[in-house]
Parts: sequence; structure tokens; C-alpha cells
Amino acid sequence: MDAAAARRGRSLIDVDQLTPAEVHWLLDTARSFEEVSRRAVKKVPALRGRTVVNLFFEPSTRTRISFELAAKRLSADVVNFAAAASSVVKGEALKDTVLTLQAMGVDALVVRHPCSGAPGVIDGWTDAAVINAGDGMHAHPTQALLDCYALIRRIGCLQDKRIAIVGDIMHSRVARSCIKAFTMLGAEVVLVAPPTLMPAGLPPETRFSYVLEDVLEDCDVFYLLRLQTERQEEGLIPSLREYAAAYQMDARRLGRARPHALVMHPGPINRGVEISAEVADGPRAVMLDQVTSGLAVRMAVLFMALGGKEGGDAESG
Amino acid sequence: MGSAQRIVMDARDVERAVRRMAHEIVERNRGAEGLAVVGIRTRGVPLARRIADFIEELERKKIPLGLLDITLYRDDIFDRPQPEVRETDIPFDVTDKRLVIVDDVLYTGRSVRAAIDALMDFGRPRSILLAVLVDRGHRELPIRPDFVGKNIPTARSEKVKVRLRETDGCEDQVVIMEGGL
Repeated sequence: MDAAAARRGRSLIDVDQLTPAEVHWLLDTARSFEEVSRRAVKKVPALRGRTVVNLFFEPSTRTRISFELAAKRLSADVVNFAAAASSVVKGEALKDTVLTLQAMGVDALVVRHPCSGAPGVIDGWTDAAVINAGDGMHAHPTQALLDCYALIRRIGCLQDKRIAIVGDIMHSRVARSCIKAFTMLGAEVVLVAPPTLMPAGLPPETRFSYVLEDVLEDCDVFYLLRLQTERQEEGLIPSLREYAAAYQMDARRLGRARPHALVMHPGPINRGVEISAEVADGPRAVMLDQVTSGLAVRMAVLFMALGGKEGGDAESG
Repeated sequence: MGSAQRIVMDARDVERAVRRMAHEIVERNRGAEGLAVVGIRTRGVPLARRIADFIEELERKKIPLGLLDITLYRDDIFDRPQPEVRETDIPFDVTDKRLVIVDDVLYTGRSVRAAIDALMDFGRPRSILLAVLVDRGHRELPIRPDFVGKNIPTARSEKVKVRLRETDGCEDQVVIMEGGL
């Protein structure tokens, strides 16, 4: 087959475009990729000759570096494009950027954008695979997948586990993607937030609570969200101290939880706000596992986007 | 659908061939010193395990065993459907080892090329040898086996299928099927 006629890449805008079987395929593939990072030469030639652009319209360190390393470990060429964030989508300007990149023969765009929906719009403009690395308040699928991966490594399986997502759910793309991913893998999700930070229009069957204490004793995982300090200025919380008093995961609260209960956080954490330093550094915190998992899971996502071809069959030699 | 299939090796033939290859490996290496065996997934793995067991029996020495998934090193990775990547596990340092790659069927040589490349990413082995249960010919690369269970001349249109008790849940056998699929 002509290399130029290579298949259109496969985009990932949010978790719900994947079937549970595809999620399991991604997590299994990630497990295989984890070994690559332990080799003498931390690289496999799987995506040799493919070009990945990190198109970040919002500052990010860990996600960008994680995607960059993931692409490099698969031997893809990586270009980092950090655009200044803009509060509005400059329709044509963004489109021109994307079309220019496409004209240069880019195979995948990893997009982070402050506006919800931007990666989906970009996906309609280009044949390159578009991978959503976080858009506004909409979705952050690779974060949700790596959270599933890190959790499964710790507790085996998510079926029938109860996971509390605690904090600023209203503004959180991580929460939106995690709810979908955790539910898809059979877990039950409970949302915990002050009324001002609980999104409106939740499906009627959604379990939620305004009081952390109410769910402390019957959850297997507490997934804490970062509280942006702006929420105080916006009047959504009275003060950081008051928020911490009601919603911080500290040693006293964790002591009341089930003995095996784990604590997760997408990072970067605000020590002393949503999580106490003692819990963050304790044995039940999974944050560093989440970071490690991110690399392997993003390798799997890039491999799904760019590796192989749909349909057909081939005989091995 | 393929109609005719003919058995070219039965369980006893496979057993004898694998045992002989183990002897030859020890003979060529003058013992088990520095030897390690690496099976290519899927069916190279049980064969490698059997060879390692036979060598251990002969030389009373533990032989390191590795498993290799070569999917990511294939030269046709972009022409295949979404491939399944399984774990590679090389639980020893390959540097200065005398490695024996084990696979079920040697055909174009492309899998072996991929396996050699993969192993080189783990370190610098002293040497690499190749053991295959069946050599069916039609090489597309300058690769030749060092140990062969059985040479089976084939047509390109035929398909050679190795079945092993560990992977296929039936008696060991090698069959040739006519007309591709």
C-alpha cells in the first residue's frame, strides 16, 4: 500500500466514542507499552515516520510532556506548538493554523484548548487524527483513561466499585470524562460538591451529595478535583479555608473511610485545600501512579490513532 | 475456505525435533554457558520453553527464558488491522548473552528481522542464533536458521499451521493447508 494513501487517523475526542471493548483494548495495550519504558533503549519503532503535533492553546506541563514522551517512545516525530491562549475561538485563525499543519503532512494533532468543543471542531477540518488533551469544561479523555488504568493496577477491576468524585465538578472536564469512563467499566460514581459547584442537569439516576461525610464510609476511591482559587473571587465558595473545612481529604476523614480506600487527584494538587499534605504523601494516594500510567496510556492512544489499519487481514511471515 | 490439509509432523515428530534442536544448541555452544532462549509470540514461546527445559535437563543449569512480542517492530505495521500488542518480557540482561531466538515457522524472514531489532534495544548480546520448528522457504531477507526442526518445501499459496498443546489445546502437530485461507 502506498504510504501516502495511509488510512485516516482515528480521533479521540471523548471517552464515550469508545466501546467498552475498545477501552479494554487501550488499557491492555498500555500494559504492554509500560515495559518499553524499562528497556535499555526506551523506544520502539511503531510510529516511525509519523508526525505528531502538540497544539496547546492553554498552559500545561504534565499533559504536554507526557504526550511528547509517549510519541517519542513510539518513534514518532514531535512538534510542540504552544499558542497563546485566547478567550474566544478565533474561528478563521484557528482553522488556518490547522490547515497549515495539515498541509505540512501532520498525522496527529494533540489539542488542548480553553474552549469546550474546539478539538471536535478541529477534527472536522482535518484528516489528521485529533486527540483531545483537554478542552474547556468538556472532556479530558486521556486523563480518564489513565485514571482507570492506575486504579485497575491497584484494585484489579472497577466492577461494582464505588468512586466519589469530590470538588469543583461543575468546571471540571476531568470529572466529565471520568464519570463516563468509570461508569463504562462498571463502577458506581457519586458526586460530592458544594451546591454552587455541582453541575445542573445531572441525569436523574446520578448519585450525589453536598456533604463529604455522608459518603465517607461507603466508597472505595475518593477522586479529588483541583479547586481553582478563582472560584473564591467568583463567589462560588466563601473562602478556601471554609471549602477545606468541608471537603478536604485529610487524615481524620480518611481514617473514617474503608481501610482499603484510595485517594486520587488529576494534579497539580493544592496541598491544604482539597487534600492535606499528610494524605497526599501517604500510602493511599495514587497520584504518582497516575502520572506513570499517563505515559503508557497516551502511548496506547497514539498507537490506536495512528497504528495499524482498519479492516483487512495480513499473514505473518 | 481451505479444503485439503495434510499433517506433516505429528506430536512425536515435534517432540523429537525440539529435543534434537536442544542438543544441537548445546553442542554448538559447547554447553549452556551464557545461553538464553527467547520465544517469539505466540507459538515461539512454548517452543522456547520446551527447548530451555531440555537444555536444563541436559546441562543441569537454569536457562534464562524471554518472551518477545514483535508487533511494534513489524515492517508492515501500517498495512495491518489494529494490531494487538502483547507484553514483551525479557527478565534478564541480554548484554553478552548468547541468545537463541525461537519461532514456529520461518517464512519471509521478516518476523526474525523484527525480533533481532527488538532484542538489540535491550542491550548488546554476544551473539544471536535462530531456531525454528519449520522452515518453509520463500525468504525475502538474507536470514537463515541455525537450527531447524524440519524443512518443508511449500508453495506460497499454501499455509503452514503449527498447533501446540500449550496454545491450541490439542496434540502437537504441523499441517499444510492448500489455497491460503
